[in-house]
Amino acid sequence: MSGPLTLFDKPNSYIGKSVPRPDARRLVEGRGKYVDDLQLPRMLHAAFVRSPHAHAEIGNIDTAEATTLPGVIAVFTADDLADHVSPYVGVLTHLQGLRSPPQSPLAADRARWQGEPVVMIVAQSRAIAEDACELVDIDFEPLETVCDAGTALQDDAPVIHGEFDSNLAWQRTVDAGHVDDAFARNDVTVIEREFIFGRHTGVTLEPRASVVEYDPSEAVLTYHYSGQAPHMMQAILAKHLGLLEENVHIVARDVGGSFGIKIHTYGDDVATAAAAKILARPVKFIADRTESFVSDIHARDHTVRGRLAVDAEGKIAALEIDNLTGIGPYSMYPRTSAIECNQILNLTGAPYAIENYRARGTVVFQNKNMMCQYRAVGHPVAMAVADGLLEEAAHEIGMDVVDIRRRNLFADNAYPINSAAGMKFDDLSHQKALEKLVRFMDYEALREDQAAAQKQNIYRGIGLVSMVEVTNPSPMFYGIGGAPISAQDGASVRLDAAGAPHVSASITEQGQGTNTIIAQIAAGVFGVDIDRVKVTTGDTATTPYGGGTWASRGAGIGGEAVLQASHALKQQVLDVAGVILQARSDQLDIVDGQVVDIEIGTQRISLADLGKIVYYRGNELPADVTPELIATRHYRVTDFPFVFTNGAMAAHVEIDVETGFVTVLNFWAVEDCGRVINPKLVDEQIRGGVVQGIGGALYEECIYSPDGQLQNASMADYLVPMAAEMPDIHIAHIETPTKTSVLGAKGAGEAGTGGAPAAVMNAVNDALRPLNASIHQMPMTPQRILKALGKV
Amino acid sequence: MTKSQNISVIINGEPISASVPLRTNLVDFLRNQVGLTGSHVGCEHGVCGACTLEVDGSMIRGCLMLAVQADGAEITTIEGFADREKAAQLQLSFQKYNALQCGYCTPGMLASALEYIEAGGKADRAAIRQHLSGNYCRCTGYQSIVDAVVAVIEQGGKQ
Amino acid sequence: MKAAEFDYLRPSNLGAALDLLANESADVQILAGGQSLMPMMNFRLAQPELLVDLNGLEELQFIRQTDSHIQIGSMTRYCELETSSLIQQHVPLLSIALPHIAHSAIRNRGTIGGSTALADPAAEMPALLIALNATIVTRSREGQRSTEASKFFLGLYETALDSGELIESISIPKSTTGSACGFYELARRHGDYAMAGVAVTAQRTDPINDARVVFFAISDRAIRAETVENHLNGLSELTEEGLENARKEIDKLDFHGDLNAEVSTKRHLAKVVFKRAIEEMMR
Repeated sequence: MSGPLTLFDKPNSYIGKSVPRPDARRLVEGRGKYVDDLQLPRMLHAAFVRSPHAHAEIGNIDTAEATTLPGVIAVFTADDLADHVSPYVGVLTHLQGLRSPPQSPLAADRARWQGEPVVMIVAQSRAIAEDACELVDIDFEPLETVCDAGTALQDDAPVIHGEFDSNLAWQRTVDAGHVDDAFARNDVTVIEREFIFGRHTGVTLEPRASVVEYDPSEAVLTYHYSGQAPHMMQAILAKHLGLLEENVHIVARDVGGSFGIKIHTYGDDVATAAAAKILARPVKFIADRTESFVSDIHARDHTVRGRLAVDAEGKIAALEIDNLTGIGPYSMYPRTSAIECNQILNLTGAPYAIENYRARGTVVFQNKNMMCQYRAVGHPVAMAVADGLLEEAAHEIGMDVVDIRRRNLFADNAYPINSAAGMKFDDLSHQKALEKLVRFMDYEALREDQAAAQKQNIYRGIGLVSMVEVTNPSPMFYGIGGAPISAQDGASVRLDAAGAPHVSASITEQGQGTNTIIAQIAAGVFGVDIDRVKVTTGDTATTPYGGGTWASRGAGIGGEAVLQASHALKQQVLDVAGVILQARSDQLDIVDGQVVDIEIGTQRISLADLGKIVYYRGNELPADVTPELIATRHYRVTDFPFVFTNGAMAAHVEIDVETGFVTVLNFWAVEDCGRVINPKLVDEQIRGGVVQGIGGALYEECIYSPDGQLQNASMADYLVPMAAEMPDIHIAHIETPTKTSVLGAKGAGEAGTGGAPAAVMNAVNDALRPLNASIHQMPMTPQRILKALGKV
Repeated sequence: MTKSQNISVIINGEPISASVPLRTNLVDFLRNQVGLTGSHVGCEHGVCGACTLEVDGSMIRGCLMLAVQADGAEITTIEGFADREKAAQLQLSFQKYNALQCGYCTPGMLASALEYIEAGGKADRAAIRQHLSGNYCRCTGYQSIVDAVVAVIEQGGKQ
Repeated sequence: MKAAEFDYLRPSNLGAALDLLANESADVQILAGGQSLMPMMNFRLAQPELLVDLNGLEELQFIRQTDSHIQIGSMTRYCELETSSLIQQHVPLLSIALPHIAHSAIRNRGTIGGSTALADPAAEMPALLIALNATIVTRSREGQRSTEASKFFLGLYETALDSGELIESISIPKSTTGSACGFYELARRHGDYAMAGVAVTAQRTDPINDARVVFFAISDRAIRAETVENHLNGLSELTEEGLENARKEIDKLDFHGDLNAEVSTKRHLAKVVFKRAIEEMMR
């Protein structure tokens, strides 16, 4: 009766309400607790000598001068750490054929990218550690580099890893239907384009940060972590530092942004943990901004050749893509660097009913910084390729870009259905989202404006994207391949003696509002004012086991665990209340912290009084009643490998054709992330994501020289989106709850980043079309647009 | 060994004397020696704006000023802003509009927004965006920050 | 990213500062606003042995006028220039350009002398000073000397400053009736260094005369384009033909590419910013 089915209708439910974040006040008052804020007694500071070469033999390392510098406590090379850290290998068994050699925290005999850590200095201050770095003398013998992914597999390319016969890391082909036959049909129009996606990096404002302490008396290592997956980090540090997993304690307090950057295993972080263990003193390592650029994972960097065949009615006959990506010299541990390519193969064309689909992916090693999963893994590439080709095809056959989508998007009643690439879809609303978008943005008026502007030589363009987003992954994502990455999440809810519920959950907070939605769900399900709910996340000592927050899974998976646990606790509380009140528990409910009689609504006993009876005056309870005022539940997605969301977005741009500058005038997003727990927080996830996507489309690029030197490793030169150039972003929702959970929530964290680049690229090309110019390379810089226009 | 100098400053109204290494910049001094960790370090080359704080009435980058240069100065950080009417309003407005996610940019962003408002800036979204364009936020996409600033200006203080 | 060790002195008067600068045995660096030097020190690209901090020298912080000139002390901060009524009234070009220079928090600290002494080829100030026909007044223990701005900027981060010398002030002729100016820069993001920029001044008499056209962010220094100016001077009105002749001269300038723009892009954009600045000037 009082079960979860009434959850969304209850007058005191917080689900679906824009509850302000309870932790926001702390942050606006400067009371955040980030890793770098920690000052521990006897704490030391680490700095790293990094390879200045993209590829070099490492000869003699002379650390004598550095070691004797006053204030330096220890100097470590790869040899020094070899006995303390076991090597790690970034492969997963379900990515068949993926190979990567063992990797150590510090480069041993060969450096393979500019920025790879080679020597660690531990000193009394970071400044002294940096002084000592300058005193380390390393004999580097520069080697020929392989930087261009396009040449990495050529016969004469130097092979980066001696144990392999080539620089190939992984290859995969998807082949569904009869692709060649479809392209050979004489009634189809074929569009072929090459898309180039520049390298990006996450540029979390708080850089990667570690403070590690080790207590040898208990063999306990405590890692103060700025990241997304505490339990994964626990397993990894235990395994590679030779500790019992239960003796590794991961604590994540406030995290200054992550976006996938801080979920990987970085040599400098592992070395910091090793140093803390060896020295038995706390060691702090905060990557400075230069280190961030050369060692935080990069992403994208794909070249995709795509072909699309459409018939005269605009129906897609076939789609074929060939994707090449360079991932740096290793596959990142433990999530691997093949996932982005894999996602592109899985997701290109995913919103559309396509029977004939072929996709090839090739992943190669190269002498650049490592690539791995960053917000919206693969999505911006997949969406830009499919929707880029589709809009080109529409123009080629004289069809409106909205119409061609209407004809190809899966029908809203088609689900469940499998895509050509084998993705299982359910509960999506592509057609509805598209129609809502068209109305929302007033598509017709924009087209009229575009035509009028063009008469005055003002070039505006409208670009759309229909998209899916991978959210709520099941164990099929990582766990199946052998990674210590949990796809299930847990939540414990306990009632304290004052009647307040305390939730501890395995999902984590990096600013999305995880802790807020946990409180909303718990308060609503349990029946208390949200101000009474205390939430703990990020601490392996006090939270149930779980995956953390990534792949847009926090709300959908962790939220469901909170819902189930809160519901269970409520039942337990009502059982106790039934005994105390001598009433049937199914006739009781909890409202505003009071146990009430459902029928007449009268308050029977407050949770505080109930708590006092249970905890202090157990003598008042029958001897055979042993109340459990704590409940734990875990949840994982079982029916589907992923729970997909869908959305439709549009960009309106204006191009200054004399300068190549693009202004994004407006942006609209219609998103279906299932049940919306907190509309404000979801909107802000999408907005931030869209801006990150605009960054990728127009500004951001890790620019390498041919010999593997990162040319723009500063915030002055790597252009992140700033306020002045960004548009206001309009958001609307469709709510098609997923049937996989009671809560019905899907993820929303990556849609903006996944969709925006395609919409912006399509809009740019729409604006350029009257000038017979086009561009399919991101970022679409002024120079590239001028080149597309033939002006330079 | 480390070259140091004594300085006396007033930080958030409190007189503080300390011996600071000459090479220590102001934000590192405030964070590591004074324990005021509200000001954040994001780039250490003056671009990200996370360390923006007030010295003698001017909002400046804490990473581009040496601590010794602050000798005799009055410094206000995020921890001290709440005493200022417009700052308190901004803090409320940032919460209301969710003008922060991870919160790392917030102290600097708030300082720049406060400068704009206290200088009599108008509720003009483009002008606000321009003024805040030296403060990087990866999370929000900036719109909610602009909303929060506009609200403070338009409401003239009434939340 | 922490600066290397250095000695630090903050002289309280100009004479003491000059004495410190005269020390040739140490690598002495002047610390003005620090908005460029501090990043370079944090990156350890600059590792001076001695920093001489001029921020205590009130005698270098002034904006004042004579009958014909505005004189600006070298330690005057950008924010002071922005709010100065003397600047707004008599040096409108500076007022137009200042909001484009970095961001408020940088302008609150950065000084006109610091930017002038740095001679960053992408910075606005060198080009503005050349366009304004400013004079850079420098001083060492040996005395004071004046250098025309157009002869002060010698190359990439290279100026006519001698060792032991600092910039004392900058003297700018007041704009007069008929004088006009234009400024245009193309920066990827507001406040960034430009991909190309130009400052123009002229007497909008009939015909136009005394045109000064100074590009920045296109070469290894701010470049005064006299060949371009020659096509403007003497025109009664700005004809498309006259502008086209001027633009042809832009092609011949010494362009240097950077990460955002290769030489051909710089060349193209230089012509665009020139056109737009001229339009602004003639408006």
